[in-house]
Amino acid sequence: MPHPHTVSSHKKEHRKEQYPLPADREQALLMYELMLKIRLFEEQVNELYTSAKMPGLAHLYSGQEAVAVGVCQALRRDDYITSTHRGHGHCLAKGASVDRMFAELLGKAAGYCRGKGGSMHIADQEMGNLGANAIVGGSAALATGAALSSKMRGSNQVTVCFFGDGALGQGVLYEAMNMAALWKLPVIYVCENNLYTEYTPIGETAAGEISARPKAFGIHTETVDGQDILAVYGATQRLVERARQGEGPAFLVCNTYRYYGHHVGDVQRAYYRSKEEEQEWRTNRDPIKLLGARLIENDRATPAEFERIAQRVQTEIEAGAQFALNAPYPDPSEVTQHVYA
Amino acid sequence: MSTLSSQVSSSQVSSGHVASSQTSSGQQATQGTREMTLGQAIREALAEEMRRDPRVFIIGEDVAEAGTAFKVLTGLVAEFGPTRVIDSPISEAAITGLGVGGAMTGMRPVVDIMFGDFIGLIMDQLANQAAKIHYMSGGKLKVPMVLRTTLGATRRSAAQHSQSLHAWASHVPGLKVVLPSTPYDAKGLLKTAIRDENPVVFFEDKMMYQLKGQVPEGDYTIPFGVADIKRAGTDITLVATSSMVQVALAAADLLEPLGISAEVIDPRTTVPLDTQTLIASAKKTSRAIVIDEGYEQYGVTAELASIIADGAFYYLDAPVKRMGAMNVPVPFSPVLEDLTVPTAQTVTDMAKTLCGKA
Repeated sequence: MPHPHTVSSHKKEHRKEQYPLPADREQALLMYELMLKIRLFEEQVNELYTSAKMPGLAHLYSGQEAVAVGVCQALRRDDYITSTHRGHGHCLAKGASVDRMFAELLGKAAGYCRGKGGSMHIADQEMGNLGANAIVGGSAALATGAALSSKMRGSNQVTVCFFGDGALGQGVLYEAMNMAALWKLPVIYVCENNLYTEYTPIGETAAGEISARPKAFGIHTETVDGQDILAVYGATQRLVERARQGEGPAFLVCNTYRYYGHHVGDVQRAYYRSKEEEQEWRTNRDPIKLLGARLIENDRATPAEFERIAQRVQTEIEAGAQFALNAPYPDPSEVTQHVYA
Repeated sequence: MSTLSSQVSSSQVSSGHVASSQTSSGQQATQGTREMTLGQAIREALAEEMRRDPRVFIIGEDVAEAGTAFKVLTGLVAEFGPTRVIDSPISEAAITGLGVGGAMTGMRPVVDIMFGDFIGLIMDQLANQAAKIHYMSGGKLKVPMVLRTTLGATRRSAAQHSQSLHAWASHVPGLKVVLPSTPYDAKGLLKTAIRDENPVVFFEDKMMYQLKGQVPEGDYTIPFGVADIKRAGTDITLVATSSMVQVALAAADLLEPLGISAEVIDPRTTVPLDTQTLIASAKKTSRAIVIDEGYEQYGVTAELASIIADGAFYYLDAPVKRMGAMNVPVPFSPVLEDLTVPTAQTVTDMAKTLCGKA
């Protein structure tokens, strides 16, 4: 069925505008490293899951790294984010450490939530991560409340609400956006359109244009190529600055792609998308490759540097996973702790 | 910010005040107390807490100039301004979620949900978000939020504005649930709710907003999980919540001339629950009826009756009986609606049967 949110509409974005590399070479390399860290983290998660070392569910972020890193690079440490069931990338981009992430995924006491949250509920208050949410659209109002709170406290913090295209079907998102617009709250709604609502193409789940939704509330809206970290970063910087100046909420559509299935068990997926489509994104639209190419073209990095980064990240991932595998489970007495504060 | 430190500080004034059957609040008038309605007591608690703590704010539909549909909040916006008494769109789910997000980030929101029936619209924010965030985060995040809403039938408001759904909130671990039945309790419990570090759902009976009672001036709190003996008795225990406390007290009055001395116990909070006071009373009287305005099936009466039956089994001379709202949607027609809730007469009849005096 022809529909505005198709792969071809995604492709329009990255021809539009070439965003500059950050003036600071180190920041550009950090972006590269963080994206690679997320990629390798998720590959390790996939390995842990398929070798039956990780219980439960895992929704991998691979392919979407430029969104989490590009957005979070434009934030302060005390700015808030809310995340989703596909949230490992958001956590790492906001500063979470690999070892405690793995520990949480394995249900260990050393995890960010003492093993009580798991993959879909990682929260890291010290880094402003108010938590991943396993209810699709479930954090829309929470993020907006955090923005209301920072406005009331005069803290000048900005809140980013990450959600996928699937959340466009949830009414509470529109209730919250309406109030954010009415009260000019410093919240940025980041819609990661990865084209599939679980196992269903977005053309079957979302009518009209995505960007028309926030515009109906008078919310400043931008759409970027979510595979181009410089585009995501540049746009987010503008939107954060607006929000800090009291100009109110914004909505950022990031057109992106999920390399794996809805979750790691979703392997047979030809019924909803082709291998050719997946290969096209991996080959020509990969966010890490794209940034790497820009850095090489502009003489900002060398292949040898990328190799060193890859080795460093790989070592960190392996050590983090090993830490988690060796870490103890929570004491049974913890089951009744933290029901009430 | 002005403080109330110069005013009466009587945080020890709390439970254990045994009612005479003459006063609704159970409080004898003493110096520093005034008679006021339950609605006024709620407003006074909010005003005092907002003066005490700049983090406290109110958000809800028609809470500012309108002072809510029930006029409970009249005057607060004049004192605290529209940034702390915030009129919201009709978006119950999102205003609850905004409260959760605000509470997680340093504020103390008081969310106003006009009718308890509307918690159908907010259940995800309440049950999946507010109730679980502290636990899911391993204790790192907390949600010190109060959600005020209403319950109670016989207001001729029909099926979607008359339910008593506090069992829904009481079912989910992580929430605390408060059911004030007097102006005195309402003020002290609401202050405790606002100062609590957890999400608290505070149910007010719409029909009791005009109920009068003695309320101390200034600051006092009532701890959660402490039942109040609203009337002492020896022959039968009437455990009653919220709107049913007045019904139980009226039934006790009717039973007295029949030679049946009824003890009326008000748990005041269903979560946490003071099981010991309930069990001790049933052990003493050997008979108990649990009266609550929620639907009788799978409801608060079932939980409380089970606790009493377990805890007082060897002392009971009769099965613990339950009286809740009839298991039907609340009908509009007054003739029908009045049939659906326990009354002083139906409670009296049940008590007589249990005491062998029917």
